[in-house]
Amino acid sequence: MLKQCEGSHAVAEAVALCRPEVICAYPISPQTHIVEGIGEMVKDGSLKDCEFINVESEFAAMSVAIGSSAAGARTYTATASQGLLYMVEAVYNASGLGLPIVMTVANRAIGAPINIWNDHSDSLSQRDCGWIQLFAETNQEALDLHIQAFKLAEEVSLPVMVCMDGFILTHAYERVDMPTQEQVDAYLPPYEPRQVLDTAEPVSIGAMVGPEAFMEVRYLAHARQMQALERIPQLAAEFKSVFGREAGGLVRPYCCEDAETIVIAMGSVLGTLKDTVDQLRDAGQKIGVLGITSFRPFPLVAVAAALKNCKRFVVLEKSLAVGIGGIVATNVRMAVTGMGLKGYTVIAGLGGRAITVKSLGGMLEKAHADALELVTFLDLDWKAVNKQLELEKTKRRSGPVAEALLRHAGIVGARNY
Amino acid sequence: MSAQQTVKFYQTGTFTVGNRLLAPEERSVQANMQRTNSINSGHRACQGCGEALGARYAIDAAMNATNRQLIAANATGCLEVFSTPYPETSWQIPWIHSLFGNTAAVGTGIAAAIKVKRQKGELKEDVRVVAQGGDGGTTDIGFGCLSGMFERNDDVLYICYDNGGYMNTGVQRSSATPPAARTATTMPVGPEPGNPFGQGKFVPAIAMAHEIPYVATATVADLRDLEAKVTKAMGMRGARYIHILVPCPLGWGTASHDTIRMARLAKETGIFPVFEAEYGEIKSALAIRRQLPVEEYLRPQKRYAHLFGKQPAVATIARIQAIADKNIRKYGLLAAQGQ
Amino acid sequence: MDKPFAITLNPGSSLANHTGSWRTARPVYLDRLPPCNNQCPAGEDIQGWLFHAESGDYEAAWRHLTRDNPFAAIMGRVCYHTCESACNRGKIDEAVGINSVERFLGDEAIKRGWKFAAPAMETGKKVLIVGAGPSGMSAAYHLRRLGHAVTVMDAGPFMGGMMRFGIPKYRLPREALDAEMQRIVDMGVSVKLNSKVDNILEQMKAGSFDAAFLAVGAHIGKRAMIPSGDAAKIVDAISVLRSMEGEDKPMLGRRVVVYGGGNTAVDVARTVKRMGAEPIIVYRRTRDKAPAHDFEIEEALQEGVMIKWLSTIKQAGDHQITVEKMQLDDKGFPQPTGEFETLEADSVVLALGQDVDLGLLNGVPGLEVTKDGVVKVGQDLMTGHPGIFAGGDMVPAERNVTVAVGHGKKAARHIDAWLRGASYAPPPKPEVAQFEKLNPWYYMDAPKTVRPMLDIIRRQSTFDEVQGGLDEGNALFEARRCLSCGNCFECDNCYGVCPDNAVIKLGPGKRFQFNYDYCKGCGVCVAECPCGAIKMVAEEI
Repeated sequence: MLKQCEGSHAVAEAVALCRPEVICAYPISPQTHIVEGIGEMVKDGSLKDCEFINVESEFAAMSVAIGSSAAGARTYTATASQGLLYMVEAVYNASGLGLPIVMTVANRAIGAPINIWNDHSDSLSQRDCGWIQLFAETNQEALDLHIQAFKLAEEVSLPVMVCMDGFILTHAYERVDMPTQEQVDAYLPPYEPRQVLDTAEPVSIGAMVGPEAFMEVRYLAHARQMQALERIPQLAAEFKSVFGREAGGLVRPYCCEDAETIVIAMGSVLGTLKDTVDQLRDAGQKIGVLGITSFRPFPLVAVAAALKNCKRFVVLEKSLAVGIGGIVATNVRMAVTGMGLKGYTVIAGLGGRAITVKSLGGMLEKAHADALELVTFLDLDWKAVNKQLELEKTKRRSGPVAEALLRHAGIVGARNY
Repeated sequence: MSAQQTVKFYQTGTFTVGNRLLAPEERSVQANMQRTNSINSGHRACQGCGEALGARYAIDAAMNATNRQLIAANATGCLEVFSTPYPETSWQIPWIHSLFGNTAAVGTGIAAAIKVKRQKGELKEDVRVVAQGGDGGTTDIGFGCLSGMFERNDDVLYICYDNGGYMNTGVQRSSATPPAARTATTMPVGPEPGNPFGQGKFVPAIAMAHEIPYVATATVADLRDLEAKVTKAMGMRGARYIHILVPCPLGWGTASHDTIRMARLAKETGIFPVFEAEYGEIKSALAIRRQLPVEEYLRPQKRYAHLFGKQPAVATIARIQAIADKNIRKYGLLAAQGQ
Repeated sequence: MDKPFAITLNPGSSLANHTGSWRTARPVYLDRLPPCNNQCPAGEDIQGWLFHAESGDYEAAWRHLTRDNPFAAIMGRVCYHTCESACNRGKIDEAVGINSVERFLGDEAIKRGWKFAAPAMETGKKVLIVGAGPSGMSAAYHLRRLGHAVTVMDAGPFMGGMMRFGIPKYRLPREALDAEMQRIVDMGVSVKLNSKVDNILEQMKAGSFDAAFLAVGAHIGKRAMIPSGDAAKIVDAISVLRSMEGEDKPMLGRRVVVYGGGNTAVDVARTVKRMGAEPIIVYRRTRDKAPAHDFEIEEALQEGVMIKWLSTIKQAGDHQITVEKMQLDDKGFPQPTGEFETLEADSVVLALGQDVDLGLLNGVPGLEVTKDGVVKVGQDLMTGHPGIFAGGDMVPAERNVTVAVGHGKKAARHIDAWLRGASYAPPPKPEVAQFEKLNPWYYMDAPKTVRPMLDIIRRQSTFDEVQGGLDEGNALFEARRCLSCGNCFECDNCYGVCPDNAVIKLGPGKRFQFNYDYCKGCGVCVAECPCGAIKMVAEEI
């Protein structure tokens, strides 16, 4: 059914259609609207047989999810940014225990300085935590990925993060095609746990494992992600057969067949990129776009295959591996090892900085001409940065950086930005 | 009616674990040949471990009270480490260890799952949940989750096995470490040797402030009291908290055979008040049977050895006695009708 | 379940880890000797029979008791129960009223008509017992149980010996005495009364006896040289007490002076008091030096018996005597003071001790008599003459019913062995369960039950039993005060307190067993065993 709604609301409805049994909620922007929506559905009785628990922290949210999932319940939660970091210990634990929890990450920057706007620093900080990470390009895809996520998680016994750009998607009103309960039921079978706390067949879960078996346990987590790598395209195909549309998969190429330059990105920025590339192609530049939907497991083969005919690639990412450059870029370089491609890293949109078609266009033209620096910070205010660096050279007590930069920009509060 | 039925004196009464003179239904769970042994032989707890004992007492009682329909969540700590080193587990019940500080929340999650499964008719049995941890995992790192679980009144019995420190990591101070006690992080040196005196963090009282249905304290020296409290707790719904004093031969520096004796002395001196409360109000206290000065409790413990040097720390001992005296007043430990 | 590798484990799999290897010392169960048992002259397993009484199985308790002593009802009245002085419970509150429970069991046995079984097999051996008192009848009982043909001969008209002729009715009602005597007869013991044995060897030969046990009581009152007029009436205490059993009650007048400080003196005084006389005991030393049990003196005083301490009789005349006041010297011996006093006295009863008539032993080769007028015996109670054993008042020992009963049992065992050409070696005594071995915390607080006493008016005028028995409730309560020192009473403490589940409970009556595969040797079971029935033993490493 087609409807116009907020991204968060679309996700809330989709999650409800997946018949979750336990949902834990702790408020943090910009995921709040999702759990608010589900909470209301539980309270008004439209979502039956579901426990909605208002926990006291994200750490508790993930911990409650661990308990309920281990007890055999389909479990969902959502978080973002600081919240994800606050629950990190439990995040690792959930994947280590192989519990198929599904969690929405409404991607948001990590402080300090505190910032509520979108980038990918939060979920990418958890790239090695053992969770599957799927990135949605649109609200429709966010909705669809949640349905796929439950199926994937439960099949391979691994938790899944569905990452959607905070505010850009969560708070955007778009048209979505909301599936029916029958469709979702046809696609998503009831949860059959691989291990469960059952009085009829008691087990101890979460034993202490020493050097004699720890590596094997870790390898098995890796092996399960490799299984997921195989299952993700299949699940997308199955999804299409039930719901009649494309969603999910490992990568999403756009105009890549003849492209000499391919720009790679994740999430909602792909829309802007495609618009930019359309314009550049109109101008005769053979540029393509490769969207990565599955960041973990990382589709090394699929990326390499998509890039096999190009001459160079640009990774545009909303994250910064401080001290080296890009996070996604590093992963892509691993995929193209030995292919002899030129590669550029572009850090963009941190903390909600707008990524414009104009900036992208200029940057891609330079890249296409191999005139781009290896690591580029898109639309960085060099004047402000250099001024601060100068100040720090000359003055020991140079003061807090964020406030200094705000003063330089002539603004007192972020709300005016 | 025969004399056997009318004479209410049974030699050892309910002080001993069992008593052949009592009717079978009045005997303790631990006396039963078919007790669950929820935590089985072969665990790697130290000799005379109070926590291993307390855990078996409590969980066996809970198993008995729930017709063996019980799931346990366990915090990181001694109990977890010594009971489940791969490839062996001592637990005979469904059991999960997640983290150090989240056990109450894991319990909440399990209870929520059970509630839904029961609603849906997928689960026939009335399965209940116990979450358990040491004092570190309860009063310190796990306190946030514990308080949340209380505040929401989730259907979980949380059991804290209090041995007064982080024994698993080598006897460091926790917020349950008593004043003057030596730990690896409160050494008996300087002008105020041992753990500083303070208000202390007595979680049973904080639990009561949440006005949850049931809060109780117990020790491994009063088995029947402990079992009765666990049984009572399992007969109730909502958040329940039982705080069990479990002496630690390693951390306290006591002889392995003195574990139960130390718990008994803690209760008999008034150092550890044994009571129960419902909805924030104290309902009863276990009376001191043979009152003793705190010195009797302190002296056998090497963690207090610095109080009994060539010049006994009379003032410090008096301060500890004052704590015991306050407990006795506050909880009515001498006035209460015990056995 | 297809369990995820390593993180999920099968329940209870830690059994593969044998933590018993950590142990440097192991707990072992043992039975220590309870101090009551250690103290009992009759060798009763007091803790053992109390164990049965605790659960209300009085017949089992009585049968256990009578393995060692067939006279529960008698013992429960006349035994001076030194066991109670030894009782560890005395260090907690008050000693267990062992004697009162024993009496309850004895009375219960009489009431219920419990009998002793006849022996399963006859040995064909014949044993002669001389004297149907406590020692003789005890020996008869034990020998009969062992299958021997037993004949008891006694000079008197009734069974019971000194229990009948030396102990007043108000302490030992004759119904109880008769019942417990008859029960032994019912086992097939032949008792010949009014049959004095004048010559033991001849008697044995005539009856073809294989062995004999001499158990003649000390019936002959000792005399003292008291200057006295012809009119003075001086009799001995035993004659007085004996005459109480016959038709002709003694004629002693109103004022009766009893001379002596032992139990017999008190018995006589209390007896004549009940006959309406005004007895006064004259004793040369003080109350605390008197050999009579203090409770008997106390009861006598309550009943109105007068006692003149530190006095000796210098002269007895017609209706009056002269006494000299004494004082104790540094060593506690009484010394004359030269102060005299006259007392009214219609008669003087001498209670100065008794001797045994050893006439039947004349001419027995090898048999020796000590200068105290008793028979020399070995550890096995055999006299110098093979096959002839002796016990009770006849041999050097404390003279009381319990000691005599113990002799009977001991002699029976040795006679039995001797008849089989063997010798009886008593099993080694286990270590005594001292109070320090116990953990008294575990016992409920319970003061001793006080036995009812007859009201004073009836005590002064009738021969009704002074001390009442316990009813069932009280007896059960009292039995349950037993600490079961040194002997497992299956309280389940070891089973419960083991942090390693290393104690196996074998089931009711079967006690427990250690599972050394898992026992780490912490010793909590030893520390928390209420009764001290476990000890730690170093492991050999």
